[in-house]
Amino acid sequence: MNEEVKLMKGNDALAMAAIRYGADGYFGYPITPQSEVLECLEAEMPWETTGMVVLQAESEVAAINMVYAGACCGKAVMTSTSSPGFSLMQEGVSFMAASEVPALLVNVQRGGPGLGTIHPSQADYFQATKGGGHGDYHLIVLAPSSVQEMADFVALGWDLAFKYRCVSLILSDGMIGQMMEKVVLPPQRPRRTEEEIRKQCPWATLGRKGMRPNNIITSLELDDDKMEANNLRFQATYREIEKNETRCELVNTDDCDYLIVAFGSQARIAMKAMELAREQGLKVGLARPITLWPFPVEQIKKAASNAKGLLVVEINAGQMIEDVKLAIESSKPVEHFGRLGGNVPTPDEVLEALNDKLINKK
Amino acid sequence: MELKDIIQPQNRVYKKPALLNGNHMHYCPGCSHGVVHKLVAEVIEDMGAAEYTIGVSPVGCAVFAYNYIDIDWVEAAHGRATAMATAIKRLSPDKMVFTYQGDGDFAAIGTCESIHSCNRGENIVIIFINNAIYGMTGGQMAPTTLLGQKTSTCPYGRRVDLNGYPLSITPLLAQLDGTCYVTRQSVHTPASVRKTKAAIRKAFENSMAGKGTSVVEIVSTCNSGWKMTPENANKWMEENMFKKYPLGDLKNVDDKKEE
Amino acid sequence: MAKINGAVVVDTERCKGCNLCVVACPLNVLDLQKKKVNNRGYHFAYMVEAEKCIGCQSCALVCPDACIEVYRVVEK
Repeated sequence: MNEEVKLMKGNDALAMAAIRYGADGYFGYPITPQSEVLECLEAEMPWETTGMVVLQAESEVAAINMVYAGACCGKAVMTSTSSPGFSLMQEGVSFMAASEVPALLVNVQRGGPGLGTIHPSQADYFQATKGGGHGDYHLIVLAPSSVQEMADFVALGWDLAFKYRCVSLILSDGMIGQMMEKVVLPPQRPRRTEEEIRKQCPWATLGRKGMRPNNIITSLELDDDKMEANNLRFQATYREIEKNETRCELVNTDDCDYLIVAFGSQARIAMKAMELAREQGLKVGLARPITLWPFPVEQIKKAASNAKGLLVVEINAGQMIEDVKLAIESSKPVEHFGRLGGNVPTPDEVLEALNDKLINKK
Repeated sequence: MELKDIIQPQNRVYKKPALLNGNHMHYCPGCSHGVVHKLVAEVIEDMGAAEYTIGVSPVGCAVFAYNYIDIDWVEAAHGRATAMATAIKRLSPDKMVFTYQGDGDFAAIGTCESIHSCNRGENIVIIFINNAIYGMTGGQMAPTTLLGQKTSTCPYGRRVDLNGYPLSITPLLAQLDGTCYVTRQSVHTPASVRKTKAAIRKAFENSMAGKGTSVVEIVSTCNSGWKMTPENANKWMEENMFKKYPLGDLKNVDDKKEE
Repeated sequence: MAKINGAVVVDTERCKGCNLCVVACPLNVLDLQKKKVNNRGYHFAYMVEAEKCIGCQSCALVCPDACIEVYRVVEK
């Protein structure tokens, strides 16, 4: 299969990109607004073509532990879910982080807390970027703001996961998952052979071929000094990721008096708000963190260097704003604007908030 | 004959399987886990399958099974072993995959995964140790704790009105279309150890033949948790456990074919 | 009639003195040391009446710590 241009939903694009990446397995459980991922994979029947395993698990809990097991075997495995499902998965995510295995997770967020709503939200930012489960760990968190990025971040997420032996999370939302856009799907990559996996992942539990020393993957270590050493190793990896993998898009930030910071779906709305502001002669710029963890501290700092104030636009009650304040060490006014409950703001509302909270603030 | 003439390599008829390594097992003296570990190691060794076997250890006393049997292992979150085994086997059907789980792991917190893995007919082996108690955490009530049996969380004995009934899970699993072999064994006598080894062998062979899920329940003792000597624990098991959990095959699809 | 000579060798450091082999032995060959202990403080098993052993493996089969090797010679 060659590169292809298609019109599709974000969720479908993600599924197609997974097959084309040469994924070994997908394990998932239906939940709105991301069920199209599993539906698309089941309809495509990749087990007939690439040999990719697709399985509808009995729960998100089972799904994440299937992903954990596949990851232990060095396979390119993934799951996708939406907010309540991702809460259920947190134990497994913590185990994966502790076991240093690579995997790709996707959370197409919906409004919470609780069963909440099936409409878009970014209220899982804290959960995604601050750990989510128990223990000191981080995921690489990628925030797509287009259907194209839903497809592109599949490969990026897996490549980073294998590079650092960590878990990548695509933190999307119902808006990006459900909307249709043009997308360029990458050409089909072959799945790795077992020999290739054994070479790339000598730690993988694929059986003691040639009676090599046995591989054991466990998150348990009762020797305090060894467990401390494990934790220090995890932290060293995180510092390395912070150094190498921070990603951020900056638009019109060189001359901006006011900086909007927004990620994922809300970056699109903020982009339009910025354009409206520029039409009115207001020098507004946009910073869009692409990696929510590691957070683009330096880029935000630089983008905000000449700004009089920052507006953080996110559809939650104010979560990323904490990282923005930390990034600029609260050296300037930082305000938050967001809607809740599945509501999505219009560009006019964003502009109005910019005016009320920063520009015209007495 | 002198002892030194008898104790010669050519006369050796029984020894520790090589796959069971020299690590001192953390189990209490007399614990059934040790016998079952030995049997699993023997069967894998007899089958020449160490190069393609992957074990999934549980949370519970057997969490450290990976320290004793020299094959590749993954250690599951509490109750999720069969979900892990499912994925490993599906992603690499040429591997021999088994879980080793206790009653709390398999029949309480992991019931959902246990039932669904069996119902899907995953080509895996489940070694299920039923000793009617939570050993690792210090002797709390298990789903399989008998009525009247004392544990640290039912210190006056299990009561139906407070704690519900003991769960006999293997007959449930035998009813599922996905299971091919469901058996209940024990390891308290030389004869029962031999039978259990044969059952484990059959289960492993089933998994490689793609027949479906095999469940080998081993009714076991936890003499520390039961607060008895190993010898008395065996007697107590025979007198009490076997009434609720009678030994024997509950299902064997091979028998049906022969009929 | 053939005479069966058996013997067991106990890995005394592995033995936890659980006594299950002593109970399993049909000929009362084995016992636990009354005073001697191993490095971990267990009264390990030993052949108290070695000449009775027929190498039937009962003790080894039930041993939870796989610390018994069994030897057997059949004299014709």
